[in-house]
Amino acid sequence: MSISQKVADALIRNKVEFVTTVPCKQLAGVIEIVDQDKRFLHVPANKEDEGMGLCAGAFMGGKRACIIMQNTAIGVTINTLVTLIQYYNIPLPMLISYRGEVGERVACQTEMAVHTKALLAQLNIPTYHFHKPDDVNELDGILNHAFMAKKPVAVLMDAAFWSAAR
Amino acid sequence: MIRSEVIKSIVPVLSGELVVCNIGLPSQEMFMHGDQPSNFYMLGTMGLASSIGLGLALAQKKKVVAIDGDGSVLTNFGTLPTIANNVADNFILLIIDNGSYGSTGDQPTYAGRKTSLTAVAKACGCETVIECKAEDTAEVLRAALKSNRMTVIVSKCKSGNVPVGVIELDAPVIKHRFMEEVRRGR
Ligand SMILES: [Mg+2]
Repeated sequence: MSISQKVADALIRNKVEFVTTVPCKQLAGVIEIVDQDKRFLHVPANKEDEGMGLCAGAFMGGKRACIIMQNTAIGVTINTLVTLIQYYNIPLPMLISYRGEVGERVACQTEMAVHTKALLAQLNIPTYHFHKPDDVNELDGILNHAFMAKKPVAVLMDAAFWSAAR
Repeated sequence: MIRSEVIKSIVPVLSGELVVCNIGLPSQEMFMHGDQPSNFYMLGTMGLASSIGLGLALAQKKKVVAIDGDGSVLTNFGTLPTIANNVADNFILLIIDNGSYGSTGDQPTYAGRKTSLTAVAKACGCETVIECKAEDTAEVLRAALKSNRMTVIVSKCKSGNVPVGVIELDAPVIKHRFMEEVRRGR
């Protein structure tokens, strides 16, 4: 089974029904599944802060929501994470393609990569780094944790994680 | 009519409805004139009232009204194509367009100059877009709530503000009582 399918299956097992996405090459497989599988309501967003607004609304409407995005989005969404998601205690798993790590081919991506964990740490957001394919097995527990704690939670999935699974 | 008068005029129409209310003075005015547990007040995060409203409308069946401003729509312009392409017939976006950033001192917005939010919403693919005079807002909103069609209303009003107090409710309390209203009777 593909790594993308394993990610999607964990979402389904944890009753995540509403998914918003801003694309990244590494996430293409997951996004395709989320779009095709009728168990998900997939609403593509134009920008990640908009996506977090959609997720907050869906959560208040009774559906577990999650956002799938690239780590560059952390730079876009700090205000939304702090004044909407954290301030109102809204659970939000963020499945994040961690660009700019070893294996990256686009030099500019390393610039946000070096800030990603520091920013998440500054925001006190629980952060998990998937590097090996087996790390995907942690996803069930992480999703459960996010909805229990009513917090944003970051899962950083790097190039090694995606490529080993190919 | 200025925004606070528009808001006062729509309070009876919004009684019992799920309302997502834009940050700043619109939320404070809704709180002052028509507080109810089914109002969700944004205390932070400019621009996301329409996104929260759409997410809520897509996730459940009750009607949802998002009250937004011209400045906030301009700040989150990407919301209009998302609304157009993910039709929720239980969703109404009411843009109270006073052509200015009211909560920050009435600096002019581009919506008060060359940019027509009505035309933009139509160009984005929103099918039912109604521009109205401030005085007609309550009636247009009432009809939209009856219509079972996703509707974008652009209410053109004058800029200007009246003194209004802050919202004393804590954010999780706002969310909690709002979610109880969402669940009520389901
Ligand atoms: Mg305005």
